[in-house]
Amino acid sequence: MGMNAIEKILANHSEQEVVKPGDVVVVKIDTVVTFDSGRTQLQKIHDPDMLVLLHDHVVPAPNLAAANNAKKMREFVEKFKVKNYFPVGQHGISHVLVAEKGFALPGQILVNADSHTCSSGAMNCLARGMGPSEMTYITCKGQSWYMVGPTTKVVLEGRLREGVYPRDVIHYIAGVYGDFAGRNLEWYGPGLSTIDVDGRLTMATISAELSVEFSLFPYDDVLANYLEGRARKPFTPVHPDNDAEYEQVITIDLGAIEPQVVLPHYVAKNVRPLSELKGKKVDQCFIGSCANGRLSDFKVAADILRGRKVSPHTRFIVTPGSQDIMLEAIKAGYVSTLIEAGAVVTNSTCGACYGGHMGLLADGEVCLTASTRNFKGRMGSVSAEIYMASPATVAATAVTGFITGVEDLEKEVAA
Amino acid sequence: MTDTITGKVWVFGNDINTDLVIPNFAVHLARNEQPKHCFNANRPGWVDEVMPGDILIAGTNFGVGSARPIGDVFQQLGLSLILAESFNGLGLRNCINVGIPCLPCKDVASFFQEGEIAKVNWKTGAVRNETRGTEMKGQPLPRALTDIVDGGGVEPILRKEGFLPA
Repeated sequence: MGMNAIEKILANHSEQEVVKPGDVVVVKIDTVVTFDSGRTQLQKIHDPDMLVLLHDHVVPAPNLAAANNAKKMREFVEKFKVKNYFPVGQHGISHVLVAEKGFALPGQILVNADSHTCSSGAMNCLARGMGPSEMTYITCKGQSWYMVGPTTKVVLEGRLREGVYPRDVIHYIAGVYGDFAGRNLEWYGPGLSTIDVDGRLTMATISAELSVEFSLFPYDDVLANYLEGRARKPFTPVHPDNDAEYEQVITIDLGAIEPQVVLPHYVAKNVRPLSELKGKKVDQCFIGSCANGRLSDFKVAADILRGRKVSPHTRFIVTPGSQDIMLEAIKAGYVSTLIEAGAVVTNSTCGACYGGHMGLLADGEVCLTASTRNFKGRMGSVSAEIYMASPATVAATAVTGFITGVEDLEKEVAA
Repeated sequence: MTDTITGKVWVFGNDINTDLVIPNFAVHLARNEQPKHCFNANRPGWVDEVMPGDILIAGTNFGVGSARPIGDVFQQLGLSLILAESFNGLGLRNCINVGIPCLPCKDVASFFQEGEIAKVNWKTGAVRNETRGTEMKGQPLPRALTDIVDGGGVEPILRKEGFLPA
């Protein structure tokens, strides 16, 4: 029996010729990404050129602790002569930046101190988040281990209906199949050619909420075009063997999916069609994060808000995933459109997604967000409720102040 | 690290996430301040009741969420073992890497009622409900991972090899 793409990438980076579920495999790591602080007490590290350092979660520093941590990162950069460093001003959310700047590459293994690292699976790159002590270990030793889990092959057919987005696809899968703890996803099928890299990055990012180990997309024309002139290093894409083994195959008809909303507090099997949630009053709408802070998300929001106003009963925050996205969104006129409509466009940061230093929810408030998590207390008060949906649903909701589909807005204008 | 662990159990449900263990506002607090806020959102007062040596039992998808160091908080609270029906991979790593024994164990959350006594060999997977005298079997972690726990986590290795100051 052959190997799937995930097993092949692991094998390529290990001393094992064959990798199969149940193995614990020790692998060489290609790229190590860390943010917001540096462990300056390290005596030596494996290879400074494998590091990508940046600022994202709390930017610019909102308090003294964050400022002192950021200073440690600059000291670390100086101490180990790290060349791939993105200071505040050239920064972006780590998962957005490694795709945009060509560090997350096909067939390679990337680790990052943040749980949404599986985002880079969209680049055919094997990527997962690691905790602080393990990041230190990998920075020092250049290697890590993975417990190999079984893999589900997801086959996408057809194309999404108007008003339905990649974000709805991953929510739909979370709702129907629940979590994939200790397991992997590989994405294939003719429908994939209709989903651009931004959409794949959204789906791979939200795979973290399904507890996957890895969420891997193939290297196809869509990805090849994206990487043209962007990749920092040569790379070798990895495709599954013809007789690759999968635990199960799930076939999804994209055309049958309707917009989805995730209910508060957890994600697995906690998703409903938008039609069942319409009319729920919302205090805050947010589009941003490594899931949906990209230029295409700005376009979706601006197209919906153009000529409309944010409801006086809600507030609408939009946060770009990187400085480059901010600049492009300004040049395209999206930022002025959003501000004219009454939205707040913030600087690039993880920001409200993580309830760290901006955009917090008050006691008992309701938020509809196109960011990463709906956990109790995630975005502020523990009594707040966080619903999640696509940027289009969030933008439409910002106009009315109640959970709303884009189609309903159009009806409203026509009437 | 002893292979057989006996202790009083606390039983939690499915999808226990990292933000419940370390809320956002606690991420930037001093390390020894963080445990005070563990499970305040879903179970206020628990940190005052849990005692060193206690065992945490959870349902499926334990540790889903962020990369924040949940194992470090559990270690400071003195938990001796975590049994869960399934673990999020990152949550599991963050416990193993600071030396907390973990055992995946299907259906374990319904095998115990809170306050009962468990006796568990986390290397062989033998799980006994001492209170009721019933037994079940978990699915022990591979040797490579139990070795990390036995070594006290990854940082002692780095200190021994001169990457971190002794």
